[in-house]
Amino acid sequence: MLRLPTFELHKPTTVAAALEAAAASGPATRFVAGGTDLLPNLKHEMIEADHLVSLAGIESLRGIRLDGDDLVIGPMTSLTDVASSELVQERAPALAQAAGVVAGPQHRNQGTLGGNVMLDTRCQWINQSYFWRSALGFCLKKDGTECHVIEGGKRCVAAVSNDSIAPLYTVGAKLVFQSLATPEMIAAGAPEGVQTRPVPVDALFKADGAYNKKVGLQELLTEIRIPALPAGHRGSYQKLRLRGSIDFPQLGIAARLDLDEAGVIVHADVVAIVVAARPVRVKKAPDQLVGQTPGTPGFEAALAELCDLATRSVKALPNIPGDTEWRQRMVPVLIEDAIRACV
Amino acid sequence: MGNLNLKINGDHHPVDAPDHWTLLEVLRYRLDLTGSKQGCDKGDCGACTVLVDGKPELACLLLAGASEGREITTIEGLMPAHRAAGGTGADPVQDAFDRAGALQCGFCQPGMMLSTRALLNEEERPSRERIREALSGNLCRCTGYTQIIQAVELAIHETCGEPVEHPAWAPDQAPWGDAVSTVPGRKGTGSSDTTQGEQA
Repeated sequence: MLRLPTFELHKPTTVAAALEAAAASGPATRFVAGGTDLLPNLKHEMIEADHLVSLAGIESLRGIRLDGDDLVIGPMTSLTDVASSELVQERAPALAQAAGVVAGPQHRNQGTLGGNVMLDTRCQWINQSYFWRSALGFCLKKDGTECHVIEGGKRCVAAVSNDSIAPLYTVGAKLVFQSLATPEMIAAGAPEGVQTRPVPVDALFKADGAYNKKVGLQELLTEIRIPALPAGHRGSYQKLRLRGSIDFPQLGIAARLDLDEAGVIVHADVVAIVVAARPVRVKKAPDQLVGQTPGTPGFEAALAELCDLATRSVKALPNIPGDTEWRQRMVPVLIEDAIRACV
Repeated sequence: MGNLNLKINGDHHPVDAPDHWTLLEVLRYRLDLTGSKQGCDKGDCGACTVLVDGKPELACLLLAGASEGREITTIEGLMPAHRAAGGTGADPVQDAFDRAGALQCGFCQPGMMLSTRALLNEEERPSRERIREALSGNLCRCTGYTQIIQAVELAIHETCGEPVEHPAWAPDQAPWGDAVSTVPGRKGTGSSDTTQGEQA
């Protein structure tokens, strides 16, 4: 039996009330969406929180809609709804695929896209009970000073494990965060009340597994905006895991190819997750693939070259359960699968 | 009056529970609804599966306080709902699991049956692949998956009033006997007796 530590639960019905509840409750406050990541982490005492602000009652945070050219997904939309949405399947196919392979059916029904975006990092030395971790003297991510992944490591390398992030990178999503202006911000000239801050998804992360995001815990994700993509947009997400369900990814690869009317690649992007604390973009992807036409010998040669080059920048660490060498060897395999699924 | 008002199996339950209690803890330790099992308690096993607004969710990862205003169905609610809709016996899913021997220790069974009920409410005739996908969040440590899938297919065939395919290990007979439950709008759910008759 794993009990939750005691906390006070707040149940606001508007974003403004949620921000006020979080601001009034102090720093040991967490927003809780579906709870499928936060609750196990609280039960394992990986996180300390005196107050939880449940977002379950805020209807305005749910739903999928078009706003001008942007596809806007409310962060409290369930992963099941994201995966089955025709709008998402049409506009951002890789995101729909990724949402459909997160964990198991129950997790996707209660888990939300916003929760997946804000998922904590994972490591085989941290996602364990308090007793288990205490026997090792804890680790860099929480309560300890030593890294069990990299000997002498000074920075936590727990892995970014949110399936949805890799596709959101490839489509250039913007995340909209809202927070209440603190007294310090007001003293520095900011207006009082709710502040809105759009963050490009590839500016969200930092290379520190202890907390890998550049937004504060008092900032609430209120919108996930995906810009209009060209008619020839193709996307795919490939997930490596031991079982066909429930598991977190051992490796995740999202690929994007935009083709022009003649079938020539005009935009290419490949992003890997679960190798480090932040997603890793394969920077050689556009150099190799743009200008190629799928189905030609030139494309085949470029793809083989890309898969080879990618293994130099995408390096699996022994940070999550599973064979590290196998994960490393699957990097070119999944990149090839992801690109081929696009063409 | 309790600090929470939960709607469980069609009834309103006022309960007193601390903020940090999960729905599973309230079901088991406040309401004595012990059909929902406490397995891993961290979302890995599916033994605590309940239906929330008709969809399978994990009661061990759902805060009781965040479950207000939602329709919660536990395994205890399946038979009363089936009978309220005019059926007899247990829910056809429960009947099929019982007769197909789709259990050993039985710990995963409430979750398995609720995931199945949600699937059959959504689709009348799901494919085997779809059944496997829908049950993929429910682990059976006794590895009884073969009979579990058979039980779901038995429930589908009987609910639709179709002849039941015999399992490969008993090609000449329907080893699970006749359906005990009936479904409203259908004269008899079981067709295994007809099939047996034809074979005889």
